[in-house]
Amino acid sequence: MSTYPLLSFAIWIPIFAGLLVLLTGNDRNAPLARMLALIGAIAGFLVTIPLWTGFDAGYGGMQFLEVKTWIPRFNVNYHLGVDGISMLFVILNAFITVIVVAAGWEVIKEKVAQYNAAFLIMSGLMNGIFTSLDGVLFYVFFEASLIPLYLIIGVWGGPNRVYAAFKFFLYTLFGSLLFLLALMYLFIQSNGSFSILEWHTLPLALGAQIWLFLAFLIAFAVKVPMWPVHTWLPDAHVEAPTGGSIVLAAIALKLGAYGFLRFSLPIAPDASHELSGFVIALSLIAVVYIGFVALVQADMKKLVAYSSIAHMGFVTLGFFMFSAMGIEGALVQMVSHGFVSGAMFFCIGVMYDRVHSRQIADYGGVVNTMPKFAALFMLFSMANAGLPATSGFVGEFMVILGAVKFNFWVAFAAASSMVIGAAYTLWMYKRVIFGDVANHHVAELTDINKREFAILGALALCTLWMGVYPQPFTEVMHASVNDLLRHVAISKIQ
Amino acid sequence: MFDNFVVPDLLPAAPEIFLAFMALVILLVDLTVKDSRRTLTFALAQLTLLACAVIQLVTSTGDVVYTFSNMFVDDLMADLLKLFLFMTVIVVLFYSRAYVLDRDAMNKGEYYVLALFATLGMMVMISANSFVTIYLGLELLSLSLYAMVAMNRESAVSTEAAMKYFVLGALASGLLLYGMSMIYGATGTLEITGIAERLYGGGVNKGVLAFGLVFLVCGLAFKLGVVPFHMWIPDVYHGAPTSVTLFIGSAPKLAAFAIVMRLLVNGMITMAQDWQAMLVILSVLSMAVGNLAAIAQTNLKRMLAYSAISHMGFMLLGIVTGIVGGDARYALNAYSSAMFYVLAYVVMTTGTFGMILLMARAGFEAENLDDYRGLNKRSPWFAGVMLMMMFSMAGIPFFVGFFAKFAVLQAVVAAGYIWLAVVAVLFSLIGAFYYLRVVKLMYFDPPADTSPLTAGMDMRILISANGLAVALLGIFPQMLMSLCAYALLRSL
Repeated sequence: MSTYPLLSFAIWIPIFAGLLVLLTGNDRNAPLARMLALIGAIAGFLVTIPLWTGFDAGYGGMQFLEVKTWIPRFNVNYHLGVDGISMLFVILNAFITVIVVAAGWEVIKEKVAQYNAAFLIMSGLMNGIFTSLDGVLFYVFFEASLIPLYLIIGVWGGPNRVYAAFKFFLYTLFGSLLFLLALMYLFIQSNGSFSILEWHTLPLALGAQIWLFLAFLIAFAVKVPMWPVHTWLPDAHVEAPTGGSIVLAAIALKLGAYGFLRFSLPIAPDASHELSGFVIALSLIAVVYIGFVALVQADMKKLVAYSSIAHMGFVTLGFFMFSAMGIEGALVQMVSHGFVSGAMFFCIGVMYDRVHSRQIADYGGVVNTMPKFAALFMLFSMANAGLPATSGFVGEFMVILGAVKFNFWVAFAAASSMVIGAAYTLWMYKRVIFGDVANHHVAELTDINKREFAILGALALCTLWMGVYPQPFTEVMHASVNDLLRHVAISKIQ
Repeated sequence: MFDNFVVPDLLPAAPEIFLAFMALVILLVDLTVKDSRRTLTFALAQLTLLACAVIQLVTSTGDVVYTFSNMFVDDLMADLLKLFLFMTVIVVLFYSRAYVLDRDAMNKGEYYVLALFATLGMMVMISANSFVTIYLGLELLSLSLYAMVAMNRESAVSTEAAMKYFVLGALASGLLLYGMSMIYGATGTLEITGIAERLYGGGVNKGVLAFGLVFLVCGLAFKLGVVPFHMWIPDVYHGAPTSVTLFIGSAPKLAAFAIVMRLLVNGMITMAQDWQAMLVILSVLSMAVGNLAAIAQTNLKRMLAYSAISHMGFMLLGIVTGIVGGDARYALNAYSSAMFYVLAYVVMTTGTFGMILLMARAGFEAENLDDYRGLNKRSPWFAGVMLMMMFSMAGIPFFVGFFAKFAVLQAVVAAGYIWLAVVAVLFSLIGAFYYLRVVKLMYFDPPADTSPLTAGMDMRILISANGLAVALLGIFPQMLMSLCAYALLRSL
């Protein structure tokens, strides 16, 4: 175990780097702002590596703990820690931040300092969400992270960005305000504690659990997003700049799913069992129905956005089957989706930067002018469709395997998504990349440069690594997931 | 005939006495000062306020001390509120300085003297332990404010606002007085602590008392500006010169909170069931009307007026949850959360109106929402400050507005009024929309006016400090929260 407060570093290094970047001021200092942002992002990533190397995979509880009193008046503590469930997301988040800063390197020319600062600050805040073990601390990070994303969508987004930014902000705020009340209720019930770990062992009547579960569900379902509260996501994705889409898909969507594991299941286990059928139904609708919706999209970003919703449906499905296979599969799916959807949005961004269109119809025959890009895009499309040997396969396969044990028809519906997923992703790929050169825009395309190649290459390595040899990933989460399942199996009703 | 005369202990009222004396001195000194040298008056007023704060700190004993035949009380709650009051007025006068200098009609010594008298009125309200004292302080405050609103004589809007303020304010005072006389009739005393004793002893005519209480609550609601007694707020905020709006919108909220505490909590806690039921209605209505009407505004001052209404409604939630079914267990928690809310609100609102003053210049009032278009292009730093103010008002962490809402909601949930908490959060969701719109104008839209900001260095530094205070109090709210709790613990 390290003696350094690594988790605090993971939170505050990006935030202070972001504030420093802000100080570089206007666009005359843009190169400096970019450089500082990259250094900050890399530093933020490097401090998370000891989390991986120093992690005790055999221990299911919280590690790297930090506790300091923050607001004694309400017994709120600055309480941080990670277990096998959250540790991967801290590292993923730090990694994606580096990608995002690099992705905006040449593309963002206006308000460069503010752009990079917003991403760095958001990265720190999201690490805060994944590592908080105090309800108020969690909530504060959870809600504060809305501000940078609101600005990112609104300032650097597409033509309809104002609508998308408002919708995103108000939707998520709506979910989180009821969540806040649930936290306060738990504070009262536990005789004045905001410690999430103490809430895990707090006995609660079934009625109270159900109300709490519903409050959590609204907050996290909006964030995941689950059908039918998903409608903000396609708008936000379409209007956000490439970096915004990457962070949104790779990290922000994981927050809701993570919330289920940290709050819903352990705090309201009986209600979770009681209502699991409901959540599974919503998840299956997301997987199947949203998959079909993705099929008919004409806008590539929208298509990937809907595919994200479908993939996240797998995640919530995996959680609520209460089996190690299901939950681990869902977690693997979350990490994998971070790499793959991030890469997909980056690929679309690469084309958008050159042609300024996201419509599938405006492309065709891109392989003729961008062969390197076409090859990499192929890999990520396959991963998005869940091809074996890519990371996309592992998670989906584990979840389906878990589902077969749970209920055949659930597994059947879930498995059908493998087909739908392949259909919408590969059909899009075919229309965009193959065929004759569609127009002079495509004819004038230049292949990806070194920077873009490095970004896609890094993501490709991760995708393949996870697909071929997923064991290091499942190994670290094993003990924590088993602990969680043992905990959830015990009724809290007294 | 002077056998019974006892010289009252003046020490607890030392800041008030000093302020009254200095206000008169400044009035005289100002007679000899030309318009161009009005800085002297300004400096004297500021030094007086600073000295008052020092006197307040030195003379505070921390105990509850009564003087002037129990008409005046000095306790920790009063000390804390008054210190905040001095700080607020000092900041307000700094903010208004450039604005006042640019406008001839307002650049008079009376401006500062009236501000000092209004401050004195608020101090008296905060320390009142008798109906008479409360009324005295209230009228001193109100009359000074009426004059300040009308100071810009050439402006028809200001004059109209002053007229409206005067008429409605007089009506409110009438209601309050009527209620007080009823309660006096029922209990036979004007002293607030005495009333509490009589009510506790029982044998008081309930009918007269309840009748009086209704009028009292109406009068207080007028002064707080909560629905349905809010009509004056938008017009006065809108019509008054911005520097005066800043004054009205900030410091008097502290005094209004104090008299609510004195009258309802100190005096009539045994009737808590009755006045809480009334305040719940006022609170919910205020949050509803304030937040919904704010959406429709195109004028920032008017929008902030409605926002003030909704904030006062939210603050009342802390006061209505003090006594649950005769159980006073939650009282300290609830009242201190309301107090924290008021203090946080004053910090935020001072900064927000300060920004309007910063943007304004000679012949230009930056009071329309559209004037804030593209502010981020013109000045990223001040757009950032305004962004913090707006998110803080909307109750988003890490800003102090979040913990203000957090404290109050926590008290509401603790008292078991879950439905009230749900209503409150739903209306804050609606409220978030119009604060977000200001951020949208500043950040997402291109600038309509690219002229640089002309404010002086003192203004820039102070408003930056105000912005940082909103952030720092949001990251470290503990000190102010526990100060509020401690002050109330020692006072109630």
